[in-house]
Amino acid sequence: MRNADSLTVELPAENVSVDGFRSAPERWLVPVLAVLLGAVLLAGLGIGALPISTGQVLAILAGHVGLELPWSFTEREVAVLLHIRAPRIVIGALAGAALSLGGALMQALFRNPLADPALIGVSSGAAVAAAAVTVVGPTILPLLGMLTTYAKPVAAFLGGWCLTALVMKVAHTTGQIRVDHLLLAGIALNAMGFAGIGVLMLIADDAQLREVSFWNFGSLGRGDWSVALLLLALVLPVLWWSCRRAPWLNALLLGEGEAALLGVPVERVKRAAVLLTCVAVGATISFTGLIGFVGLVAPHIVRLLGGADHRRLIPAAALLGATLLPLADIFARTVAAPVELPIGLVTALMGGPFFLWLLIREQRREAV
Amino acid sequence: MKKTALAIVMAVCAAGWSASAEPRVVCLGGALTECVFALGAGAQVVAVDDSSSFPAQAASLPRVGYYRMVSAEGVLSLKPDLVLASVEAGPPQALAQIERAGVRVVRISGDASVTGCVARVRAVGAALDRIEAAEALAAQIESELADFRPSPPDGILVRVLFVFARGAGTLNVAGSGTAAAEMIRLSGGVNAVDAYSGYRPLTAEAVVQAAPDVVLLTSSGLVGIGGEDALWVMPGLKATPAAAAKRAVAMDDLLLLGFGPRLPEAVKILNQLLYP
Repeated sequence: MRNADSLTVELPAENVSVDGFRSAPERWLVPVLAVLLGAVLLAGLGIGALPISTGQVLAILAGHVGLELPWSFTEREVAVLLHIRAPRIVIGALAGAALSLGGALMQALFRNPLADPALIGVSSGAAVAAAAVTVVGPTILPLLGMLTTYAKPVAAFLGGWCLTALVMKVAHTTGQIRVDHLLLAGIALNAMGFAGIGVLMLIADDAQLREVSFWNFGSLGRGDWSVALLLLALVLPVLWWSCRRAPWLNALLLGEGEAALLGVPVERVKRAAVLLTCVAVGATISFTGLIGFVGLVAPHIVRLLGGADHRRLIPAAALLGATLLPLADIFARTVAAPVELPIGLVTALMGGPFFLWLLIREQRREAV
Repeated sequence: MKKTALAIVMAVCAAGWSASAEPRVVCLGGALTECVFALGAGAQVVAVDDSSSFPAQAASLPRVGYYRMVSAEGVLSLKPDLVLASVEAGPPQALAQIERAGVRVVRISGDASVTGCVARVRAVGAALDRIEAAEALAAQIESELADFRPSPPDGILVRVLFVFARGAGTLNVAGSGTAAAEMIRLSGGVNAVDAYSGYRPLTAEAVVQAAPDVVLLTSSGLVGIGGEDALWVMPGLKATPAAAAKRAVAMDDLLLLGFGPRLPEAVKILNQLLYP
């Protein structure tokens, strides 16, 4: 077991890239993404339905730490910036990182670029559990009272975990996860999950119906700083684990048998990866609703730019997810201002065509 | 009742520190918008929600979207001093954020009843500091409705089935306790379905059993399902007395279900339609 901790697996492609001409741009990938993330976060602070100039943004932020800058601003602009936009951007970045991380982990685990948290049931399980808490929670759990704030993320995590475990169980035959079984089990259990949401919507009263239908759209506008901090506390450990275990994930790409021969505790890694994905994605979904495509597309883009080595893929995917979601949110809240578009709509509209383009490109390359 | 009383108290408290200049108002709820305009404060309204279709001046104002899904920053970008929000308006997080930005948010309840309608008028009047105008309007609504005694010509009450349609696929029927049921009662009809409260999806057998004489819809609902011809081929509806007599009645959504200041007018119109 000790050996496995220091294990490094150089993938065939990686051997070329480490010594070859592609190594320079790949090494820059993480720093460049970090800079991009910073730029998008700053842009997100400056852009919104209520016009706040860059000078005012700086003055408000500086005013918060006791500095005075020569731009005047009103209380309203302070409130919008510090209590609406700022937590929203942080939640967006953390949610994007969580979804993208979840996608990267699932894709590594199943050795399948199509796997994402939604496909294997994390999302629908989380959504149906959170919807159940919304609709029947007040009836069957009257003692919860003030705890309902936490009941939802916890239930979302448990729901995501249960459904994913079921999918894994069905797909797991004769010691191996069969990809075709995995996909079919995922489809069946997702359908059941959404049917469950349908049933809940049928028995929900008007206010609950609104709350439940929120899951199908998604929005980053429902949280405050406490939500942002909670997400931070949940996402960071997942990121830390994924970075630390990147060599194991690399080994898994060779196949479970091969990874086991290399000393990777395969079953433990698989269980931990699923559990952590459920934590990160379940908690995210419980606050933001269903947001598609980020978990699928972000790790893909990173793989195209920087190869499949998880030591680079994991941090880069988290950074890219954290960049893409706030970027999509800037569109969502400004395109039709003062009306806001559901964020899930924007990510699907932007991510869908991009993903198709990726597929077609890949096919062409294989044809050549 | 408790809710309306609470709304009035809240509105009165809120009115206590009203600004000196005429406040810029954003209305979230069609009936509230109607109240504001009926109280002569229409010029103060800077934006409304999607459900505010009356009066025409309101319909041409900037829109902040569906009143249950407003964006906090979107509303704040219109620089309101006062946001009048119906209890259904939300999400609550967005309203809380608007409040935190220093904007007065007055939540105005008012159930679908005559008392609810009058309470709403008074609450809006208090929030806008137009209490006298609100009292006058409330008194007028009450007296008009008190004077109106719907009596069916031959003593037989018409059975009315309200179908709430949002596109051809989703048809819901109003049970007891709904705005539609109250409108039918006020207008001298009988709601054909009282086995449940709220709205339930239309099932063919239940419709046959309800045996309505008239099918009532909102205008947009009737358009949504494809007009009257499409209505009569719906499963179940075919076999009702209403279909035999081809009696479908449509009224503007906000006029029929809003319980705004046009309530007396709406009741009289519906009564005319039920007993032509």
